[in-house]
Amino acid sequence: MEFAELIKTPRVDGVVLHRPFLPTVEGTLCLTGHHLILSSRQDNTEELWLLHSNIDSIEKRFVGSLGSIIVKCKDLRVIQLDIPGMEECLNIASSIEALSTLDSVSLMYPFFYRPMFEVIEDGWNSFLPEDAFKDLESMTDEWRLSEVNKDFSVCPSYPPLVAVPKDIDDETLRKVATFRHGGRFPVLSYYHKKNGMVMMRAGQPLTGTNGRRCKEDEKLINATLRPGKRGYIIDTRTINVAQQAKARGGGIESEANYPQWRRIHKAIERSNVLQESLIKLVEACNDQSHNMDRWLSKLEASNWQTHVKEILTTACLAAQCIDREGASVLVHGTEGTDTTLQVTSLAQIILDPSCRTIRGFQGLVEREWLQAGHPFQQRCAQSAYSNSKPRQEAPVFLLFLDCVWQILRQFPCSFEFSESYLVLLFEHAYASQFGTFLGNSAAERAKLSLPEKTVSLWSWVNRHQEIERLTNPLFEANSLVIWPSVAPQSLLLWEGVFLRWNRSSKCLDEAYEEMVHIIEYNKELQNKVNSLRRQLAQLETEDPLLQTP
Amino acid sequence: MEFIRLPKVENVKLLDRVSPRRSRVGTLYLTATHTIFVENEAGVRNETWVLHSLVCSLEKQAATSSGYPLLIHCKNFQVLHFAIPREQECQDVHLSLQRLSQPESYEELYCFSYKPNVDDEERQNEWDFMNLKADYSRMGLPNAHWKLSPANRNYKVSDTYPADLFVPESATPPVIVGSSKFRSRGRFPTLSYYSKENHAAICRSSQPLSGFSARCLEDEQMLEAILRSNPCSDFMYVVDTRPKLNAIANRAAGKGYENEDNYSNIKFQFIGIENIHVMRNSQQKMLEVCELRSPSMSDFLEGLESSGWLKHIKAVLDAGIFITKAVAEEGVSVLVHCSDGWDRTAQVCSVACVLLDPYYRTLQGLMVLIEKDWISFGHKFSHRCNHLVGDPKEVSPVIDQFLECVWQLMEQFPCAFEFNERFLITIHSHIYSCQYGNFIGNNQRERIQVHQRTHSLWSYLWTNRTDYINPLYRPDHSQTQGLLRPSTAPYCFKFWRGLYNRFDQGIHPRQSVEDYLRTIQEETQQLEEQLASHKQVNFKLPLIMDPDSDEAVYSARGSNDQTLPFQPSSSARINLHFFFACGVFATHTLVSKCLL
Repeated sequence: MEFAELIKTPRVDGVVLHRPFLPTVEGTLCLTGHHLILSSRQDNTEELWLLHSNIDSIEKRFVGSLGSIIVKCKDLRVIQLDIPGMEECLNIASSIEALSTLDSVSLMYPFFYRPMFEVIEDGWNSFLPEDAFKDLESMTDEWRLSEVNKDFSVCPSYPPLVAVPKDIDDETLRKVATFRHGGRFPVLSYYHKKNGMVMMRAGQPLTGTNGRRCKEDEKLINATLRPGKRGYIIDTRTINVAQQAKARGGGIESEANYPQWRRIHKAIERSNVLQESLIKLVEACNDQSHNMDRWLSKLEASNWQTHVKEILTTACLAAQCIDREGASVLVHGTEGTDTTLQVTSLAQIILDPSCRTIRGFQGLVEREWLQAGHPFQQRCAQSAYSNSKPRQEAPVFLLFLDCVWQILRQFPCSFEFSESYLVLLFEHAYASQFGTFLGNSAAERAKLSLPEKTVSLWSWVNRHQEIERLTNPLFEANSLVIWPSVAPQSLLLWEGVFLRWNRSSKCLDEAYEEMVHIIEYNKELQNKVNSLRRQLAQLETEDPLLQTP
Repeated sequence: MEFIRLPKVENVKLLDRVSPRRSRVGTLYLTATHTIFVENEAGVRNETWVLHSLVCSLEKQAATSSGYPLLIHCKNFQVLHFAIPREQECQDVHLSLQRLSQPESYEELYCFSYKPNVDDEERQNEWDFMNLKADYSRMGLPNAHWKLSPANRNYKVSDTYPADLFVPESATPPVIVGSSKFRSRGRFPTLSYYSKENHAAICRSSQPLSGFSARCLEDEQMLEAILRSNPCSDFMYVVDTRPKLNAIANRAAGKGYENEDNYSNIKFQFIGIENIHVMRNSQQKMLEVCELRSPSMSDFLEGLESSGWLKHIKAVLDAGIFITKAVAEEGVSVLVHCSDGWDRTAQVCSVACVLLDPYYRTLQGLMVLIEKDWISFGHKFSHRCNHLVGDPKEVSPVIDQFLECVWQLMEQFPCAFEFNERFLITIHSHIYSCQYGNFIGNNQRERIQVHQRTHSLWSYLWTNRTDYINPLYRPDHSQTQGLLRPSTAPYCFKFWRGLYNRFDQGIHPRQSVEDYLRTIQEETQQLEEQLASHKQVNFKLPLIMDPDSDEAVYSARGSNDQTLPFQPSSSARINLHFFFACGVFATHTLVSKCLL
């Protein structure tokens, strides 16, 4: 397909652009296959380069022959384009609509994007499962890397290599896979070095209504327990939801068959409910009524903060079982691709200091989200402004990032990265020039040949300039477990995402710069003093008669 | 003391509201001024001290397995939950505290028995620290338009006003007296703030006694005089901070508001801040939400909404912004009043001052502002803060709302204020504690005697100012200059967890950016000193050059690298490390306090 077919009017002059907190710009609007571009053709004015895939929905308005298109983006920004000429406006609108909803993944921009920077380290090879396993091997010999899924036939949403208990052979894994939703047999998610406890994740057991049982499944997870010790199964669904799942072939691990495990149910919402929640929250944030009661009741009714609290609480529970109770944990919900991953990844943020570094966090997103089969493409196809009925869209990953932000706010010195890193990941998950978040699983990514045909987001992030921009100046490595508070008073609205386009952040940005300045100045002085000391020491060795002051 | 029925109870439990496992056992002591709980745990001498004057309410609850519970709510929002072994003991403690926390005369207040180690001359000097005249001269007063009036020297015209008042140059004594007779409690229109740049002024008063039709020529002349003292403007605003309905209701009682037809060139405006009773109930509701045991997000947000608290805070700030715009942008003078002119009027005038004038955003400036618009103008601290046993309907968190408005502004403008949150919280605490003489009584006239025998909070705060400095403040920063233009979109107003949940340690951030920056700045200061002394030494040595100038010289000398890594001699660096090591379990404030 040629993009040209979709672009009826490639260029319009005299278009006026309105953006939040920026002066209006008049210029020429151009449509290309992947971008909406507005250029004033003056050197010093900023231009607009907007990816079509970042456009969530558009609205058209007409006053006489002047048309306006209101463009609502997936990053929650809203801009307005005033276009002279009814026909031009209609053409542009229909082109945007078509280009922003392309069905075929291979037409997406990452397949056309050529990096303008030198790729020093190819991000596609930065976080291979075999490398992660080497780290594990250095700590324990109780696990092995299985190739049972190497052609994605045992579990289509798992990567080709997974870590499983050493004594469990591939044949057993194949049997267990038939007993778990989506073939997602229990695999290692995290090994807690401090006490050797582990966190595993899986899909729900397919017990069905007549209580089907799978001895191999029991054997597998029991293999992770120390003699005489019990483990915890954290089911992210309420007991009712889990019971109802039986009718559709799903179910729970019964006490009778899993006597060494204690099952705990939590209530993390899924899919449609979350999408609704996001839409309501963004609507509340955009409400111009200036009415306090209305704002608070809309914020409450959106339930967004409730989800944040619920997810964090469950992650804390998992972390507590591992670190405080010294028990191993298995986490699952229904499919094991959404709420499960929120819990396992946040628990690692709490427990493992290495996940709180820039690179470590990439590794976490890579392991616990991308390779673990979170269906990014389905979940992030639409954002809060979409008019179409949500299919499988849900802000599961955004909620995870929000939870990380909450922990970051409570431990502002324990993360190597700053808030902007989280915002960046949110943006790129929804629309990007990089291939990282395309596809729904490792299998799909392999089929699309993403590593060969697209650039990885990590290749771009892991360059000196970017790392510097994303580094938290307050960071001091903290090797401890960090327990966040989940009290409602402690959980805040993530302004950096939800109010980003509604209020000027000038004063807050200035405060941030001031903070950086204070720290930089301190470092500068340290260097000076050290350098002077060195000289002095040197002089002393050369001339022993000189005394230190 | 005769009110203490039982000076000591052993085996008392101090229950932790959030996690019962963290409860502590110890001995409870009642002294003349404090309730003290000393933990039994061997090795640690963990003490909790609570001033009797900070106790707001006491509640005995039904006996439980751990004893007879006694719940103490404090005015600084601390909640202590004791379990006392025997019923009689609980009864005795309850009755003792009930009496001790509700003094019947000023003489019983803590400020009269608070005796820090300071001699009397020094104590008197403490009071000289605050000088309101200096603030008026900072504004450029007196000048050709405004004069200091002796009319209220002996508190004859208005017994709730200060002795020194600024009035328009053309306001003659008969006009002042006449106008005062037409205003509630004699509180005639007088100056609160004067803008040197454009001559616009903020004036304040109580409501006029206009009823349905009454007029007062002198009062009309008074407003005319205020208008004329601003040569650049041909009209002035009269802002009634009450909701219109309330003001209309007052007319039936012979009070009310200005009729635009009777006053020349005024623009009259209602602003709609609710009265002290609404505010009291609102805060009560909000505090109930803060104290919920393990609230869901919905419980909390619904509770916060239905308390209406943030709505009221927004109303006060909105009013302040209205006045700020009138003064700074239109150059128009404003007269502000409510009913008596000592609650909403004080809030609105002082919020406007903070927005208008960077001076009031400094440590000293905020103290001056509270002294001017609250203490001197007769905000009834003793009634509103329940210093003595009295009418519970007089109690209202009016000053809390002002402090919160300042906090909300600090959240929006992190570099604009010289002081930090701790400063506001400390002021809040001492407004209620009665430890200092500043807030005792209801007006200046009542307070004259108090100063002779008590200490001043302002001097204490100034002496300890390093604790209250905002590390992000710089006098030359752009945020520090000129007026503040805050957003009043509802989402800009946050719940002030630092004050209302101040004692619930678990819910605050476990690492404080501010404390971190403060430590860095201390270290920087040491480095600057070291650098200065090193440079001095190096200056004496030949061949040494400033490290900034040319590194090549040194490498030519050969790199016998005996690096001495920099370690500041004193505690700052150690502080920083310790800070991180302990950060997870203790709040940093505590850690750095321990080390000091």
